[in-house]
Amino acid sequence: MPRVAFTANLQRHIDCPLQTAPGQSVRAVLDHVFAAQPRLRSYILDDQDRVRKHVAIYVNGERIADRERLSDSIDDDDELFVFQALSGG
Amino acid sequence: MSDRLLVGTKKGLFQLQRSHSDWSIAASHFLSDPISMLLADPRDGAIYAAEALGHFGVKLQRSRDGGESWQEIPAPAFPKSDADGPSVSYLFCLETAGADRPGWLWCGTIPGGLFLSKDHGESWTLNQGLWDLPERKQWMGGGFDHAGVASICVDPRNSAHITIGVSTGGVWRSDDDGASWRAASEGMHADYFPPPRNHAPEVQDIHRLVQCPAAPDSLWVQHHNGVFHSTDGARSWREVTTIRPAKFGFAAAVHPHDPDTAWFVPGVKDECRLPVDARLAVARTRDGARSFEVLTEGLPQQHAYDLVYRHALSVDTTGTRLAMGSTTGHLWITEDGGDAWTLAAGHMPPINCVRFG
Repeated sequence: MPRVAFTANLQRHIDCPLQTAPGQSVRAVLDHVFAAQPRLRSYILDDQDRVRKHVAIYVNGERIADRERLSDSIDDDDELFVFQALSGG
Repeated sequence: MSDRLLVGTKKGLFQLQRSHSDWSIAASHFLSDPISMLLADPRDGAIYAAEALGHFGVKLQRSRDGGESWQEIPAPAFPKSDADGPSVSYLFCLETAGADRPGWLWCGTIPGGLFLSKDHGESWTLNQGLWDLPERKQWMGGGFDHAGVASICVDPRNSAHITIGVSTGGVWRSDDDGASWRAASEGMHADYFPPPRNHAPEVQDIHRLVQCPAAPDSLWVQHHNGVFHSTDGARSWREVTTIRPAKFGFAAAVHPHDPDTAWFVPGVKDECRLPVDARLAVARTRDGARSFEVLTEGLPQQHAYDLVYRHALSVDTTGTRLAMGSTTGHLWITEDGGDAWTLAAGHMPPINCVRFG
């Protein structure tokens, strides 16, 4: 199953350990993660289920192409990494 | 009189407590997280804190034990629509929905949505009547990408009578619990907008709208263009020309018992959002805007570059105690209606909002 990892900066707000989740697209994998931790959804996705503007999702080191429908495909041995875009202040 | 003050800053929530006539920071919460709005609900003692996490969206926290512990509760969110559909980017104001409706809350957001909770914030419903107004599509962002509902006033005489201020989008009034809305900006004008549209409701930038609880037909607005006053329940507005030392500003507060007494914190003008002559001052009227006093005792009178945001001036239920927080992290409190101010904290993060309770 694909592995899903979250930035430590998100762990500060909500429990989201390294985990595995089934699915053949980014959307499917994350839906499984959110099913177990519903509150996590609003940290990653906006009201319309798009990736939040300042959140980045990478698969095996490559940024996903579809930030609206999260349709990028995932293989069983892939790693999905969710982290935040850098900002100042 | 409230001896507790909540201060929402760019980097956390601070609780100040008054003891032996001195105010001090008693607790901090959510350090490093931006707090956009606070509410201490007098009906049940709950405290609500709205967060604007830069990366991870808006969040809403609730404490039922005076800030000892917090629980994240759902934040208002727009219904699912389409790929271009709206998403809440900021929780701009939070108010109780009436003394006769315990647990009911109104929340104004950016983009300009108005949400109602009937269950202490456990769930929220978009006010569809306001969102579907054709005029809403003409609203504009005022300092943000999108327009925001920045002020909500619920008439203490009738909780179904609601007046809101939109930045930028004018004043709107509902007499049927939010089922229908009508523009309530008659008499306002926006000199920054080309005529003939400068009188149109949707171009009025309502920085802050406040309503006198004891005389709810009296409302005050700090507008981008100056100060306006209504004595007929927002049916009409009169421009206030007597305010000194300038008419620009963000914050406004009205005395809870005396509708003729109100406070503002002037800045030079919209292109120069700083105190006039770098001297921080509060403008107070006690005669319904026939005249203003410029209050400076205890406030810095040289090289002061503090700006007071729209929700960063607050008056308590007595009308004699006020708090004021600035963009440079200074917090002042007055115990005599503004005659003299005392610096309560001087090294805070930039202050977004202050609230007693």
